[in-house]
Amino acid sequence: MTERKIRVLIAKPGLDGHDRGAKVVARALRDAGMEVIYTGLRQTPEMIAEAALQEDVDAVGLSILSGAHMALVPRVLELLRANGQGHVHVFVGGIIPESDIPALLAMGVRAVYGPGTSTQKVVEDLRAAILQENHA
Amino acid sequence: MTTLAEEVLAGSRLALARLLTLIENEDPQGEAALDRLFPHSGRAHWIGVTGSPGAGKSSLVNRLAQAFRRPADGSPPRTVAIVAVDPSSPFTGGALLGDRVRMRDLSGDPGVFIRSMASRGALGGLARTTPAVVQALDSAGFDIILIETVGAGQSEVEIARLAHTVIVVEAPGMGDDIQAIKAGILEIADILVLNKADLPGAENALRTLRAMLELGSPPPSETVEGSPAVWRPPLVPTIATQNEGIAKLLGHIQAHAAYLHQSGGWQARDRSRLQTQLEELLQTALLKRWRSSLPEGQYQQILTDLQARRISPYQALHRLLGEPPLPQSIQRGSTALFNA
Repeated sequence: MTERKIRVLIAKPGLDGHDRGAKVVARALRDAGMEVIYTGLRQTPEMIAEAALQEDVDAVGLSILSGAHMALVPRVLELLRANGQGHVHVFVGGIIPESDIPALLAMGVRAVYGPGTSTQKVVEDLRAAILQENHA
Repeated sequence: MTTLAEEVLAGSRLALARLLTLIENEDPQGEAALDRLFPHSGRAHWIGVTGSPGAGKSSLVNRLAQAFRRPADGSPPRTVAIVAVDPSSPFTGGALLGDRVRMRDLSGDPGVFIRSMASRGALGGLARTTPAVVQALDSAGFDIILIETVGAGQSEVEIARLAHTVIVVEAPGMGDDIQAIKAGILEIADILVLNKADLPGAENALRTLRAMLELGSPPPSETVEGSPAVWRPPLVPTIATQNEGIAKLLGHIQAHAAYLHQSGGWQARDRSRLQTQLEELLQTALLKRWRSSLPEGQYQQILTDLQARRISPYQALHRLLGEPPLPQSIQRGSTALFNA
């Protein structure tokens, strides 16, 4: 009867108010059988890390369209590690310039998804990553 | 090496979060930790919040938690855990848990712990493991545990068996006086809240709900040591988004706790809850054991016969249980069964 569900936090850090992308991804992950915790707009990195801790999530998806990703993402990663959640799979979506992607990946982000990414790809990547982690 | 249970008792929020996941997944490690923690449970006030989708349960829970953290009467703050249950999809098993959206005011407060739960197929408004999750939070030392159910219709009343105090949240425009006297969710209210009391129709809704309460309540009776001998559910209008009526609601919650302690209801609810929990565990375990004892393929064969309408659902049941089929020859009015 033991059942392991993938739990994902979908959060929108920063000040832009466009959450359609976040909702589309949240819905797609839900339809893929995952449990998605949706926190809404204008979350600080502290709020996101706190929610990730309390909800014991496997993954955190950050949707950022404001251009503030190089400030917000490292802070979220740092707080997750400080809380003992360095294993959490962090992925970023939104408007991220190509030139910033290598730096984000280098700091520990597992994937960056730009406009036009299929939700199927997000689902498959996440499943594969978490499956691998459980066997590691 | 410290165990998970010890880390939880020492106040580790990471350990607590991990434990809740293990419990939700019905992992034996979670069970083992709960065995250690159980003697520490039984101290918190378990408060259920239920009502229709969109009535404002999450907003109300948000405000209540704030009120417990900063009591208006200057009493010491209470620590608060929140368990917010949302439905799982019956098709994919996935869930979108959105109750935290209304609870952002609580973030950054180390005296608050919020956990979202998916119902995972259970139909009573809670998940099957919600009682164990609440027990773990109780053992971890939280004073108050607010349990928000799935948006409930008329019969998701499991919360009544779990909580010490049940708050049923209504909003204007949810139905007429016949809805209000039907059996079900309104019956389980220890406290009835009309939220969104600034919306059109609120006056009507208040009148209807008040009339319903008066129909159902026993006449006012003697008080025992300052507390009423019989609890009459109060009706509290609130506007959660504007924090209106919350202090009054908190007063009623505290009065209900005092009433339960005076009347012996606190212990009675605790005992019957533990009995319910044991019986549910027993049912699940017996079913699992029985199914694993069936000869390979028998269940599928009998199910196929049923689905092809070769046998009836009752015949399928008796075959699965290995019982002889019922005699076909019982005549109407026959007393043969009783003479046998």
